[in-house]
Amino acid sequence: MPAFAQPTLRLTERQYATIIGSCYDGLPDEACGLLVGPLSAAGEPTGAVSEARPCRNADASARTYTVDSRDLLAAMRAAESRGDEIVGVWHSHTHTDAYPSPTDVRQAVDPAWLYVIVSLRDLAPVLRAYRIRRGEIAEVPVELDRG
Amino acid sequence: MAVEIKLPTVLRAQADGQATVAVDGATVGEVFTKLLEQFPGLRGNLLDDAGGLHKFVNVYKDDDDIRYLDGLDTKLADGDVLSILPAVAGG
Repeated sequence: MPAFAQPTLRLTERQYATIIGSCYDGLPDEACGLLVGPLSAAGEPTGAVSEARPCRNADASARTYTVDSRDLLAAMRAAESRGDEIVGVWHSHTHTDAYPSPTDVRQAVDPAWLYVIVSLRDLAPVLRAYRIRRGEIAEVPVELDRG
Repeated sequence: MAVEIKLPTVLRAQADGQATVAVDGATVGEVFTKLLEQFPGLRGNLLDDAGGLHKFVNVYKDDDDIRYLDGLDTKLADGDVLSILPAVAGG
């Protein structure tokens, strides 16, 4: 497993429901959203998430997504106001696996971020998380905090 | 006139780790010129080879996308905030 396959992404049940719900709401298009959370002293996401923010898919496409830049700006401001940062992004794959596509790898914007992909291909949704660094994909564990 | 530039996490390594940088300039283009004099490593992230705004970056003056204002010629006033946003996209 690559050394950057960390930290563990920790989602509350509510955040998990927000992410999965937004993906179904976005059908037939891909849905997307941003994860806000704290950074460690080294500037890396800790894996904790303070907010899962659904965003508009500016592409309005079943094949691609682009987080609407106004939603990104609002998320950056919300993160800053609580002393957090944007630590990742989620999007849905409506007909394929919960695994980064070549487009996801090519366009991965920040090597520190956590990339969550939700597959809606089967009856039950599948949520997985990754880091994408210099073209390399590493799956990171996801823990659900049932509080 | 001083303008505050907010950088996304991914660009901070090229700006000595700073999240915000204060730069003087009357237009976005002038502010970028001064920013890039200070932090030349940011050039490829902000501008394309022709000196235009890179297609994978969005710049907001307060609440407005400068592409819908006057682009790099957008005029700035003291205290304006420029937010630089990477394109977050995939497939």
